[in-house]
Amino acid sequence: MPITTAEVEHVALLARLKLSPGEKAAYTEQLNAILEYMDKLNALDTRDVEPTAHVLPLHNVFRDDVARPGLPRDRALAGAPEASEGQFKVPRVV
Amino acid sequence: MEYEAVIGLEVHTELKTNSKAFCGCTTAFGGEPNTHVCPVCLGLPGVLPVINRRVVEFGLKTALALNCQVEPFCKFDRKNYYYPDLPKNYQISQYDLPLARKGYLTITVDGQERVIGITRVHMEEDAGKLIHVDGPDGGYSLVDYNRTGVPLLEIVSEPDLRTPAEARAYMEKLKTILQYLDVSDCKMEEGSLRCDANVSVRPRGSQVLGTKTEVKNMNSFRALQRALEYEIERQIAVLEGGGQVQQATMAWDEARGVTYIMRTKEEAQDYRYFPEPDLVPLEIDGDWIEQVRAGLPELPDARCHRLINDYGLPAYDAGVITSSRALADYFDRVVSLYPDAKVVSNWIMGDFLRLLNAAGLEPGSSPVPPEEMAALLQLQKEGTISGKIAKQVLEEMFATGKGARLVVEEKGLVQISDAGALARIVEEVLAANPGVVEDYRNGKDKALGFLVGQVMKATKGKANPGLVNQLLKERL
Repeated sequence: MPITTAEVEHVALLARLKLSPGEKAAYTEQLNAILEYMDKLNALDTRDVEPTAHVLPLHNVFRDDVARPGLPRDRALAGAPEASEGQFKVPRVV
Repeated sequence: MEYEAVIGLEVHTELKTNSKAFCGCTTAFGGEPNTHVCPVCLGLPGVLPVINRRVVEFGLKTALALNCQVEPFCKFDRKNYYYPDLPKNYQISQYDLPLARKGYLTITVDGQERVIGITRVHMEEDAGKLIHVDGPDGGYSLVDYNRTGVPLLEIVSEPDLRTPAEARAYMEKLKTILQYLDVSDCKMEEGSLRCDANVSVRPRGSQVLGTKTEVKNMNSFRALQRALEYEIERQIAVLEGGGQVQQATMAWDEARGVTYIMRTKEEAQDYRYFPEPDLVPLEIDGDWIEQVRAGLPELPDARCHRLINDYGLPAYDAGVITSSRALADYFDRVVSLYPDAKVVSNWIMGDFLRLLNAAGLEPGSSPVPPEEMAALLQLQKEGTISGKIAKQVLEEMFATGKGARLVVEEKGLVQISDAGALARIVEEVLAANPGVVEDYRNGKDKALGFLVGQVMKATKGKANPGLVNQLLKERL
């Protein structure tokens, strides 16, 4: 089922992207082309192939439960565009 | 028409590890804002999370205690959403391959035992705290990321609950189990135990589910029960009025006692889960599971049955005592020193719990250690003090932290069991109440009780009641 412009708009909204009408048209076409290519995979018999959960052949990598100091607060806030009262200040969301 | 509710609960509990789920920051509650943070939990570029082994261990303990099947293979996923309580724009959670599934716990409501299914148990990270400030241009929000990355377990029930009372009993039972396991503080007021409810109603007997709403923001057991009662009534009223329940996320307003719509189905979140590439999967083999199982403590149901079977306690007593692990430990310790379980149970459920609650204390931090509680009961049994005086002594022990024997000696509360001394007082009471004596001799048995009372009063409650009875009867 091809991707519609409405779906591109929905995904753009979720990703907080502002797209022009031209971009919407372009991305709709590109996404459809990508999904069409992915469809080729459906031609393969994957019955005996385990779904890939991770690309590395590793599992059970743990750290011990030991607390250690983090960042000093001024450094934690150093990259924030705005800060107030030791906190990150952001546009009100609700 | 008669309706029934269908309720499922999603419970989040913060695990009491020393460090966060994926970094070494402390999980301590409180703290100045943004002082328990590091590049990992702040989501700074180039960092890699690594799972805390104890998070998995606590998750396994919980899963096994809830009779779940632990999955041999599980992984983490990213749950994507834009809200500044998480700085990464996603929460690390588990989606299609959770830690464990298909468990259950049992609840008892109105003497009726019910088995409630558990759909799944999975691990995830907590979010930060926001403070919203009014102001020009819509105001702003302040964000504290101390709590971000604190490990959570999400425990999802099957829609097996039918009443608000059952939902509350489920939540209380879950809390008790988590406390027995010692994996969470379970403080609802501090947010270390939280609950959302999915609720719908349908005509009684129907097998079809009605449209559900999700109710959030219930911060106490009482709030959970009240919110569900309100929401069920609201949905029934909508249906009775010929309307349809709108699928929505509701919030409970504790002050006004109502639920209100936070967002509707059209605004429903679309989280676009995908596997977390920064964390490798977990493989949990039978050896690990058996090792965790071997380390499980005696759980509330088993302990309750033990108190009933081994000590002959009534089911009610056993239920109250085992509702808290600390209380059950206290009980076991006292009974080991004073082996009359029913007497111990009466004291613990009565005066002991009353004094603890009045002082706002937990059983584990009682100023009266179990050894002293046993000593007090021993003093009563020996006849050194009467039952009435024992209550006074316990209060004094609570207030001062002093031992039972010391309080009795200091306050001069030793029971008067000296027949000679009591006989004098008995004579005085008889002389002062000739009318009552006459009544008794004329067959009014109740008059004896009055005379005993007078002797007790004259001795400030210290007279040995059995001896007083005996002395009075001898003289009447």
